[in-house]
Amino acid sequence: MIRSHILVCAGAGCVSSKSRLVKEELLTRLKLQDLTEEIRVIETGCIGTCDLGPVLVLYPEGVFYQKVGVEDVAEIVEEHLVRGRVVQRLLYKEPLSEEILEKMADLEFFRRQYRIALHNTGAIDPDNIEEYIARDGYFALGKVLSEMTPETVISEIKQSGLRGRGGGGFPTGLKWEFAARSTSSTKFVVCNADEGDPGAFMDRSILEGDPHTIIESMAIAGYAIGADQGYVYCRAEYPLAIERFVSALEKAREMGFLGENVLGSTFSFELELRVGAGAFVCGEETALLSSIEGNRGEPRPRPPFPAVKGLWDSPTIINNVETYANIPSIILKGAEWFNKIGTEKSKGTKVFAMAGKINNTGLVEVPMGTTLRELVYEIGGGIPGNKKFKAAQTGGPSGGCLTEANLDTAMDYDTLLSLGSMMGSGGLIVMDENTCMVDIARFFLDFTKDESCGKCSPCRIGTTRMLQILERIVNGEGIPEDIDALEKLASFIKDTSLCGLGQSAPNPVLSTLRNFRDEYEAHIYDKRCPAGSCQALIHFTINAATCIGCGICAKHCPSSAIVGERKKPFSILDDQCVKCGVCVQECPFQAIERR
Amino acid sequence: MLSTVKQVVTEHEHQPSRLLEILRCLQTSTNYLAEETIIQVAKELDVPISQVYGVATFYSMYSTKPRGKYVIRFCESAPCHIEGAAEVLAAIQGILGVDVDETTDNGKFSLELTSCLGVCGVAPAMMINSTVYGNLTPKKVQEVLMTLE
Ligand SMILES: Cc1cc2nc3c(=O)[nH]c(=O)nc-3n(C[C@H](O)[C@H](O)[C@H](O)COP(=O)(O)O)c2cc1C
Ligand code: SF4
Ligand code: SF4
Ligand code: SF4
Ligand code: FES
Ligand code: FES
Repeated sequence: MIRSHILVCAGAGCVSSKSRLVKEELLTRLKLQDLTEEIRVIETGCIGTCDLGPVLVLYPEGVFYQKVGVEDVAEIVEEHLVRGRVVQRLLYKEPLSEEILEKMADLEFFRRQYRIALHNTGAIDPDNIEEYIARDGYFALGKVLSEMTPETVISEIKQSGLRGRGGGGFPTGLKWEFAARSTSSTKFVVCNADEGDPGAFMDRSILEGDPHTIIESMAIAGYAIGADQGYVYCRAEYPLAIERFVSALEKAREMGFLGENVLGSTFSFELELRVGAGAFVCGEETALLSSIEGNRGEPRPRPPFPAVKGLWDSPTIINNVETYANIPSIILKGAEWFNKIGTEKSKGTKVFAMAGKINNTGLVEVPMGTTLRELVYEIGGGIPGNKKFKAAQTGGPSGGCLTEANLDTAMDYDTLLSLGSMMGSGGLIVMDENTCMVDIARFFLDFTKDESCGKCSPCRIGTTRMLQILERIVNGEGIPEDIDALEKLASFIKDTSLCGLGQSAPNPVLSTLRNFRDEYEAHIYDKRCPAGSCQALIHFTINAATCIGCGICAKHCPSSAIVGERKKPFSILDDQCVKCGVCVQECPFQAIERR
Repeated sequence: MLSTVKQVVTEHEHQPSRLLEILRCLQTSTNYLAEETIIQVAKELDVPISQVYGVATFYSMYSTKPRGKYVIRFCESAPCHIEGAAEVLAAIQGILGVDVDETTDNGKFSLELTSCLGVCGVAPAMMINSTVYGNLTPKKVQEVLMTLE
């Protein structure tokens, strides 16, 4: 008799904080206590609160343990599982109210979510197809094949108002309809899992935590448009997602959800996984197709759109992972149900990946139209150290920043566009008073410059030029003409680049210039970084009055930049210092200042 | 060497569209693609050498020059940066005595930068070969690098 289930998060975040060792230890301890018959340990995908990893949830009570180390496992087993007493010290503390919460359902982070795309992620063992089926998995495919025509499937998706979650927000049903209309005998269904937007990790989490949802949806899409072959294109940086997806493919084939005559119908569908090799531009749909064909991932002009001329010149639909993850629920619960969630033009939910200066980093799914304030303060638990919120970047390197004045903005496709940002894939990078906005703009531009495929010169040369200027500014060598030059280059690149990468590359610069022009000016005119972040404009010094000459800092300095004689104040050789900050952390007397 | 190329290409059914995967397989043992490998792959797939070379140089995960036993791919994207990546990177450079895109003299470590690894929830982060390390601090990387043989 199983009396308790323990979910151990094994998303990539928790795996990096050694959740696998925690699971091993748990199994060992359960065996020692002779509890293996009563207690089942389940490895799940990302639960959402990655920063608190490793995370464990104990059912039936739903007790949420965080930052569980291998050394904590014995106590959980002996106290919680044997004696029935909750281990207080491993519980979660709400960052703002400081209230200690026992149950997962009580956490603000989970309470306010509405999970459609993530409804299985973090709740089931992704390697166990039975668990997926037990939660209505493959029922939507069954329904489609037995009760619906391709036309009714497409009309249901159209009516749901679902728009693409990969960035553009194009209506999914319409895209499917274009491809369905073609009479070509060869068509393809592609899933874009190239997720390269810095700060976005929802697609990874879905593939890792609920791979069958993607298989099921792609089969539904295949049926709807008349394709019998699909490809999932996943970036190579996601080894765990790849491993879980490959294993899910095998199981789906074994059980007849893929292959010839799916579920005994006349519909056949095969799915193959293709892995990228480190090129952000391959997330752009035409580049992605070129990469699947085994070529360099260079974009080509559109039209023709892939729905007309895609893989090997055949009609192809490309959708994002999160887009697909909405499909089974829409089929099972109906367009009308989906349509009621969200705002007028943005239906359903959106998964946000919250990163940067926010207490609860991780993944959350909320109805479209949720405000930035709700996300940052209520769900995200506010800013660490009670610092001041400065801005949040949405849309990654193609988007822009939202400021304090936008905190009550309802987050949906159109509102974000009207504020000079965009939804993008749902990355939400939160910045506090110590983040330098010029530096952030430089970071995004450095990213787009590195990732430019080089095919067209406005993007290749223009981003390089803009980056040079930004580097000059953060190094304290900016000149007054720089701001003007940045704006001119930006509009030139936007207007003349071939693909979305170049066209959107200047956005972060334009957006920070619009909202934080004073920071640019401080760097240029005063040679000062108001946030105290730009390395060239900060220095580490030892305060001779507080330094007791213990030499601890010198021992830890990786670049031998600290010199001195014991018991006398030490000093830092500025030209040798690499500004790593180790000494500040190591000095027991807070004698080292950074300014 | 030649026999492994033949083997890998055969495993991938001589399909030119699977070139990326073929190169990835061939790179796993040595962490780089030698010139002979590229030429041989072109021959086995019956495509021009320029095609294979073009692909091998387009994608950042392939290297046509030798790399260390451990390839450190340190995330240089904004979310990691906001959480203190610059200081961690400086610490790695200090410990290993190499710059970005260099390999240590003993051939053990190569240091590279990468864009977002998609684990920003545990930023700053890096990948060493295929293992992800998160929540890095200058102190923690010191420990990580020490434990690698
Ligand atoms: C430079 C660039 C990178 C992109 N990266 C991605 C990506 O990583 N994932 C994604 O789903 N879409 C990405 N897109 C958007 C795709 O081109 C395409 O619009 C999308 O996959 C369509 O799916 P959807 O309608 O479901 O959103 C990118 C676009 C551009 C211009
Ligand atoms: S805009 Fe940039 S990424 Fe796009 S095709 Fe041109 S060079 Fe390549
Ligand atoms: S900041 Fe780093 S390099 Fe500079 S003195 Fe301190 S420990 Fe040494
Ligand atoms: S650790 Fe602090 S007190 Fe000790 S020598 Fe360095 S600066 Fe001085
Ligand atoms: S990976 Fe465990 S909570 Fe995200
Ligand atoms: S920004 Fe470093 S992992 Fe995403």
